[in-house]
Amino acid sequence: MSRRVFRGQKKAEIFQEFTIKEDSVGFQVNLTVLLDCLNIFGGSTAPGVSTALRMCYKGYGHPLTLFLEEGGVVTVCKINTQEPEEPVDFDFCSTNVTNKVILQSESLKEAFSELDMTSEVLQITMSPSQPYFRLSTFGNSGNAHYDYPKDSDMMELFRCTKTQTNRYKMSLLKPSTKALALSCKVSVRTDSRGFLSLQYLVRNDDGQICFVEYFCCPDEDVEEE
Amino acid sequence: MAIKSVQAVFRSLATLEKTVEKCHIELDEQKNRLTFTLHCKHGLMKTHNLSFQDSESLQAVFDKDSYGNAFRSHPRLLVDTVVHFPPSLDEVTVSVSDDRMWFRNHVEEEADQSKAMLTELCLASDEFDHFAVQVHNSITFCLKELRGLLVFAESTGLPISMYFDEPGSPVVLSVTDSVLEGNFVLATLSDDPNHRKNNTRRARTPPPPPDDFMNDDIDSYLIAMDTSIAPGPSATGPPTPPLADSICSKQAAAANHRTRLHSEEEEEDDETVDSSRPPNKKFCSLFFGSVFPPSSQMTTQPVTSQEVLASDSEDDVE
Repeated sequence: MSRRVFRGQKKAEIFQEFTIKEDSVGFQVNLTVLLDCLNIFGGSTAPGVSTALRMCYKGYGHPLTLFLEEGGVVTVCKINTQEPEEPVDFDFCSTNVTNKVILQSESLKEAFSELDMTSEVLQITMSPSQPYFRLSTFGNSGNAHYDYPKDSDMMELFRCTKTQTNRYKMSLLKPSTKALALSCKVSVRTDSRGFLSLQYLVRNDDGQICFVEYFCCPDEDVEEE
Repeated sequence: MAIKSVQAVFRSLATLEKTVEKCHIELDEQKNRLTFTLHCKHGLMKTHNLSFQDSESLQAVFDKDSYGNAFRSHPRLLVDTVVHFPPSLDEVTVSVSDDRMWFRNHVEEEADQSKAMLTELCLASDEFDHFAVQVHNSITFCLKELRGLLVFAESTGLPISMYFDEPGSPVVLSVTDSVLEGNFVLATLSDDPNHRKNNTRRARTPPPPPDDFMNDDIDSYLIAMDTSIAPGPSATGPPTPPLADSICSKQAAAANHRTRLHSEEEEEDDETVDSSRPPNKKFCSLFFGSVFPPSSQMTTQPVTSQEVLASDSEDDVE
């Protein structure tokens, strides 16, 4: 069964104020509802106008309260919380990583925008020898390969120990392109099982750095080389 | 080969111009594969292996130099002319006199003449770089194809030449430079003496009996086509420019494609699907290759932009 996990990590420093009274707090809210509330003043802001957000959670059983302010207008949203589900844990740990590259997002953005969408899978080959780092698609009209040599100036880090070829369902990877579009660097790692970790480094307007991480398990039908 | 698969290789022109340094095209006949390798900046290499099928392709038989009427202008002139027709219009009628060319929308004879909107534009001969009329003919052909090829012609920046003879004979539009010769061959409606007297504005004249027109048989049409029997979208519209340079060198000369043109006569047998209008997508032929321009070819000259004048006159066509 193929799955993906997406994790956005925001460190405390990104927040102007961050207070938590317990070690960890967990709850679940409907993502669409959350996004609608965050966008309650409209999608894009005019230059010079910013929306302020304050999130409060009183504890188990209470709603998540959002205070949004823009131009003197305050909106309060209370979103009902749900029991948090066990997040899927792919058990991807850094010690198990066989291959890792860090690329500047620019070139990857271009490749992803051109990917043959008639291909069901995206195949990623990482190897200490040729072709080093290759993205492949197998579509209706033929196959395509995007090769990034290890000495390319787009390649910031190249650490591949073993030749690995893994296929991932295109439908699972597609959502990650949004993070790719915002990012300036991306790290691609695979572990011994062929699980993929994509980490996107996103720099926001204030210069704050945050990471968005995607995990994807390989398509079962293909065996690793 | 499906055009879409090749288009996918060259999808983003902006990206291509910025990042691609070299494009290598290789045909592997044993594996039935055409490989495009784009060598890009930063060492990135994109390889596209496209499959193709062998197909019978019919060659058009035409000799544009023998056509009585020949014109040349910057594509902009024609682009500015056809823009006035509604996008849904299928066919256009082009008529010429000694010093003028008219573009009119073609209205089906069955259509209610009183409700049809007729559009007419007139170009004077001095708007063209070359304007030579031997016979005052009027031809009707597919506007959609014309629009498509004009987009290509404009992108090359080259002057476009137009050759035609009597109705039924194909109209050939051609762009040429030192590395590329493109001939777009479109079928035209054949002449039916009963109603095609160069006057499509006879609103009051009773339409001719439908039989004469509907029963046109295949022999009435000289169809110029390239009908590949491979499935998928038919070969319509021009391939993107990089395809034309099968050898990336301005000096190289590939096989002279013109020799393929004077071949079989069997084209005449090909069927038309709908006899009431010129066959559109199926019957459009494109020839590209690196050739030496034949001496009879008009030389390209620098062109200035042309203005299109729409005629509001009530002059009858001669």
